[in-house]
Amino acid sequence: MNRFFAFVNKEFLHIFRDKRTLLILFGMPLLQVLLFGFALTNEIKNANIALLDNDHGVHSQQITNRLLASGYFRLQSNLRSYHDMEGAFRQGTLKMAVVFPAHFTSDYAHGRAAQVQLVGDASEQNTAISLISYATAIIRGYTAEQVPGGELTPPPMQINVLSRMVFNPELKGAFVFVPGVMALVLLLVSAMMTSVTIAREKEVGTMDVLLVSPLNQFQILFGKIVPYMLLSFINGIIIIGLGIFLLGMPLQGSLILLLAETLLFIVLALSIGLLISSIANSQLVAMFGSLIIMLMPSLFLSGFIFPIESMPQPLQLISAIIPAKYFIAIVKGIMIKGVGLSVLWPETLVLVGMVFGFILLTLRNLKPRLG
Amino acid sequence: MRRVTFLIEKEFKQIFRNKILLRMLIAAPVLQLILLSYAANFEVKNLTIAVVDQDHTTFSQRLAGKFRHISNFHFLGYLPDAKHAHEQLLAGRADLILVVPPHFERDLYREGSSGTGQASVQLLVNAVDGSKAGIASGYASSIVQDFNADIRAENVPVVPASGQQLTVIPQYWYNPRLEYRTFMVPGVLFELLILAGALIAALNIVREKEIGTMEQLNVTPIKKYQFILGKLTPFVVIGLVQFTLGLLVAVFLFKTPFLGNLGTMYGFAFLFLLLCVGLGLLISALSDTQQQAMFAAFFFLMFFILLSGLFSSIENMPRWAQLVDTINPLQYIIAVGRNVMLKGSTFHDMQSQFLTLLGLTVAVLSLASWRYQKTV
Repeated sequence: MNRFFAFVNKEFLHIFRDKRTLLILFGMPLLQVLLFGFALTNEIKNANIALLDNDHGVHSQQITNRLLASGYFRLQSNLRSYHDMEGAFRQGTLKMAVVFPAHFTSDYAHGRAAQVQLVGDASEQNTAISLISYATAIIRGYTAEQVPGGELTPPPMQINVLSRMVFNPELKGAFVFVPGVMALVLLLVSAMMTSVTIAREKEVGTMDVLLVSPLNQFQILFGKIVPYMLLSFINGIIIIGLGIFLLGMPLQGSLILLLAETLLFIVLALSIGLLISSIANSQLVAMFGSLIIMLMPSLFLSGFIFPIESMPQPLQLISAIIPAKYFIAIVKGIMIKGVGLSVLWPETLVLVGMVFGFILLTLRNLKPRLG
Repeated sequence: MRRVTFLIEKEFKQIFRNKILLRMLIAAPVLQLILLSYAANFEVKNLTIAVVDQDHTTFSQRLAGKFRHISNFHFLGYLPDAKHAHEQLLAGRADLILVVPPHFERDLYREGSSGTGQASVQLLVNAVDGSKAGIASGYASSIVQDFNADIRAENVPVVPASGQQLTVIPQYWYNPRLEYRTFMVPGVLFELLILAGALIAALNIVREKEIGTMEQLNVTPIKKYQFILGKLTPFVVIGLVQFTLGLLVAVFLFKTPFLGNLGTMYGFAFLFLLLCVGLGLLISALSDTQQQAMFAAFFFLMFFILLSGLFSSIENMPRWAQLVDTINPLQYIIAVGRNVMLKGSTFHDMQSQFLTLLGLTVAVLSLASWRYQKTV
């Protein structure tokens, strides 16, 4: 046991000696959570639109004013022709164009079929879809007011839909982005740190020294994990604190459960790092592996940004092996919905299973080198 | 010049010798481009809905039945009461709960003071993901409206349309069928390029520092610019190979339209790769160990990728974040990729992006060569 502590102590010395890494280690998650927590949002504001008004009448003017007063849109330019419009779209700064045909006002006022065209730049389709639906709603609102008493008498047999947004009535983006960023930062930082540590010992040749020492492979493995586990756990606590106090995340469930799950996820990330380092022959490969293999898939397949239910079947299967998927579900469950283990046990069980799986694989990979 | 070619040759040999790395460099980006582009879909599909029917009439059953036959919805079943509904939402088994209150049918038939019947249904939406919830409740409401129109047509004589009519005609240019892949592929491609390019360059040079071969290079007559040129070239070449493979996947597998000029696209890709590798050089000049280099690279890459405009629009960010984001090269190259491929924008249209990228590249490369000291 003494040997083990001496080994852990050595690891700590390595970590604390490298002040720059330490600074990055604690500064980076802090900066990232703050930056992404505030910057990532899907609320539409001040999108650039252009106007092609061939009408110049009262109604086209009033609808334009209504659109601009909503705060969603900002008038970038007045266009003269469709040709101008194409040019403006090709430069990429214009998001939507509103086109009023000639005689729009007189058609509309005299009850003839009047048309407004909304042209969205669907090369950024999310923005295009939201902008067009917002603008449509605003225009509908305008026309409803034009009908005398139109708002007062509902049509016969009217069903009203009352939507209630459960768990997140204000539809805050932070509820999606904070758990996602938390999972990404914890996973990558922990995995990268450990993946490097063994690969580095291999590269500078001290791994051989360790292998001929009286330490057995469990002790080597856990001696490598323990210091990083502590550091990552502190990181996790900082991130949770920022989420709650600065980014307005709720904490409906148990803090202890949240911390325990965070620790479990960190251990999982560390064991992935160990596995990578036991396979990789150099630090370069180890780091490249952990970053390339984990960053993008965790971002795309974990349900952080894109809904898993919408993916093709094979990808839904692949997403089942993405650890971040389960952790994100757990964090959302505890913080936002306030549920406990009675609901979250399947996710927790998967994470526990993954930890054992990765550690077994790592031990198998380390063994031949001992013999 | 011969010295530079020797250096380049050495780099290529080292890269080709490391089979694991080589495989990761070529296969990982292509594979991920294919996989991730299929995954990158904001569309809201397969919504699970459960119904709490407190009315038990023909109308309430017909309304619930509507949701069984819509492909976007998966009908979970009936629940006895609101408490069970809440449990389903908590467990994440249902995305939506439709609550039909008692007297729903009776209220619709009842003649009110204005001579019309009115009733309400409640829609409980799991709003943990706010933007998904908005779309989900929109879908569900439109189905209720459909049902509303059905029963109105059956029971109420046709009312003549009121005088003024206005049609809003939406048009989606450049991606009329609203295919997410068309929009995502160029973005994902460049994200993978910067990931591979910057990281590998950063780690490569620090490695020479760490294992001591940097000192050997330093005592050779190789000049600073020759060294940098020797390091830049191989990685830019690899990047161009990755880009070409990615482009082939985009055009032939995903059928992404390519309307613009291929030369323009390659010109921008070259500039962008130069910038990526330059960033790697800069990071490596500032770090002593591979670990430091990796963490620094990770920080920048994550910042660039998440704020690239692919996941949330840049215009929606707060002003200070937009300001920080002006140094994000990914933002410009993704815009260029999209505009050139999908809209056929010319070099002239993309001038401002070109100048910004050029400026960033010059800045990064001069910083890197200034920081790279040829001393021990």
